[in-house]
Amino acid sequence: MRIQRIALENRENIHEEVDLSQLDSVIEKFKNKKGITIPVLQAVQQIYGYLPEKAFDLISEKTGIKKSELYGVATFYAQFRLKPVGKHIVKVCHGTACHVQGANIITESILEALKIADGETTPDGFYTVESVACLGCCSLAPVLMIDDEVFGKLSGKTAVNVIKEYQLKHNN
Amino acid sequence: MEQMKVLVGLASCGIAAGANKVYDKILAVKEHEKLNFELTKTGCVGMCYREPLVEIIDYTGSYLYGEIDEFKITEIIEKHIKTGEPVKEYIVKTDLFENEDDSYWKNQVKIALRNCGVINPEVIEEYENAGGYLAVKKILNENLSQETVIQTIIDSGLRGRGGGGFPTGLKWKFAFNSKSDEKYIICNADEGDPGAFMDRSLLEGDPHAVLEGMTIAAYAIGATQGVIYCRAEYPLAIKRLNIAIEQARAKGYLGKDIYGKKGWNFDIYVKEGAGAFVCGEETALMASVEGRRGMPRKRPPFPAVSGLWKKPTNINNVETFANVPYIVLNGAESFNKYGTEKSKGTKVFALTGKIKRGGLVEVPMGISIKDIIFKLGGGIQGDKKFKAVQLGGPSGGCIPDYLAETPVDYDSILATGAIMGSGGMVVMDETTCMVDMARFFLDFTQKESCGKCTFCRIGTKRMLEILTRICEGEGKEGDIELLEELAYQIKDSSLCGLGQTAPNPVLTTIKYFRNEYEAHIRDKKCPAKTCKKLITYTVNPEKCTGCTVCAKNCPVNAISGERKQVHYIDQEVCIKCGVCFSKCKFEAINLS
Repeated sequence: MRIQRIALENRENIHEEVDLSQLDSVIEKFKNKKGITIPVLQAVQQIYGYLPEKAFDLISEKTGIKKSELYGVATFYAQFRLKPVGKHIVKVCHGTACHVQGANIITESILEALKIADGETTPDGFYTVESVACLGCCSLAPVLMIDDEVFGKLSGKTAVNVIKEYQLKHNN
Repeated sequence: MEQMKVLVGLASCGIAAGANKVYDKILAVKEHEKLNFELTKTGCVGMCYREPLVEIIDYTGSYLYGEIDEFKITEIIEKHIKTGEPVKEYIVKTDLFENEDDSYWKNQVKIALRNCGVINPEVIEEYENAGGYLAVKKILNENLSQETVIQTIIDSGLRGRGGGGFPTGLKWKFAFNSKSDEKYIICNADEGDPGAFMDRSLLEGDPHAVLEGMTIAAYAIGATQGVIYCRAEYPLAIKRLNIAIEQARAKGYLGKDIYGKKGWNFDIYVKEGAGAFVCGEETALMASVEGRRGMPRKRPPFPAVSGLWKKPTNINNVETFANVPYIVLNGAESFNKYGTEKSKGTKVFALTGKIKRGGLVEVPMGISIKDIIFKLGGGIQGDKKFKAVQLGGPSGGCIPDYLAETPVDYDSILATGAIMGSGGMVVMDETTCMVDMARFFLDFTQKESCGKCTFCRIGTKRMLEILTRICEGEGKEGDIELLEELAYQIKDSSLCGLGQTAPNPVLTTIKYFRNEYEAHIRDKKCPAKTCKKLITYTVNPEKCTGCTVCAKNCPVNAISGERKQVHYIDQEVCIKCGVCFSKCKFEAINLS
């Protein structure tokens, strides 16, 4: 199971100064419809990049969905994050084809270069690196995706170069 | 003279390979120089190993260009587009002369993928011109009854393409027999199996075929609402589906009184998944659509009786639906003339791993695995030794080289211990460690287990721990037997397909590659030289010339040494990626 719990000390480190005013219009859109839990959370994550703790209170209050249910759904699905993320998200594919072609090396090389652990964000807040299941570009294995851009046929060295070049290009 | 047509393959994989840049380049030149030809986007023809692909159709025939970049396309524009002279060296397929890749296309029969890479998926008229939506119109014009349509699907022998292999027509019949004021059609596009991407390609390349298939199913069982449950990881597929749905609504093919038939209401919407493999299971998928945690429930009641919102529901996979319009339009015989006695028609496979020609192939059922790998796929990369092929993803198993004559049909594959699954076919060579493969899949299923059944939740975790310690050289005598015992208990005591099949990768690798397990446990050796804790890379001082190539390529800077001096690998830093080993021209890196 993939249930992620945020330990208390980690929770304190999260500076939750989020502007919740945008939420009203999002929640309004889904009101009085059935089966909305996942779409609402997806819409909220679209705004903040993660699900802020305070957003749970507000969604629950406005939609009547219990907080426990919201939290249950948010921790069940891989897509939802409870911690803020970096500006750009690096997804290293660990599907079968990529695994056979050396996806572990890609992850290790990148983490070594960025000096972070899997799932973490760089101190400058630029990258968050995640390992994901298949991205569906198996013929280009091993691949990684930065935001919506896919880079294929990588080696440890070229993957690190891709990361560095991308940061240079987008650092302004 | 008919106008020249230029098609650029713009599915996710093509875009990843750089097809957008090629498309933009052609468009820029076309507009700048006011050239007269038709430029269009299309889906994936399946030749992924040659992406990006550009096809030019002129009055002499069709020419498919492969591995096109911005430089090559400039040459093609200058020669072929402007003066009609094909650039032979970049052509990978044409009817006019033979190509080395022709064997990739031979033996393929395209039914589900009939329009992929041929039409522009964002233009409904192109689908209609290719015979699209004629199947629904045939049903209405010939006044075919619901029973007749269901019987046609039963006669065609179509079985669920998502992995289960349940006869589609029968499933429809059950839903048809359920009486209710409301019924649902769900398209399962939650392609979570790592290594399979046929559904993505279909949705990106021919979304209307899926919509039409769903509409026919809706007619057959009497449903009024359709849902496509698509993985959020497929943004392009979702985008194209939504475009297709809008276009179909505008034409009156979806919505109220569709196709001009009073009282026939059917509409479809796309529901984005949120990343959970278990949601590929019917009941978990429905729980997810309803907004709950995607956990399976006990069956019966089956979805055909009580499904989404407790109403009768029919769930089929993307590829299954894509076959439906073809069958209805051309008759059951057009489909069941292919295949074997119990597995009719064609099946799409995603051919990946250590294969020369990776991509999507659609073949008649009954063709042998060997033919797919060696005739279509061109054999193993670097002409290494073929070791095994993994079928069915995390629910499937590994089929060894000596069973490569096995025909691909549901029952023959099941007999080997693997499953047909959705059609992911990952080819492995002698450098793939089978214990590591089993560990990889268990790691996946362990994370994806929803946690409802104890045996699946805890059993897979214990199995993963054992496999991990074997891979790290800490395996003990009796571990193999313990794995087997756990495997059978998990299979017996899990509610849904995830748990029931999760041990398959372990069981098949133990069955066919027991010696590799034993080598890890007894000799602390990885025969494939993959398991990192069991291998070391060192520099052979006699062969090292100090060329610095290894040091330059090392991703973690673990190699040090002056130019023209013997180099040294720091074992503390080394991540054992093997890049020094493959880059060294003097065979000076030892792997032991």
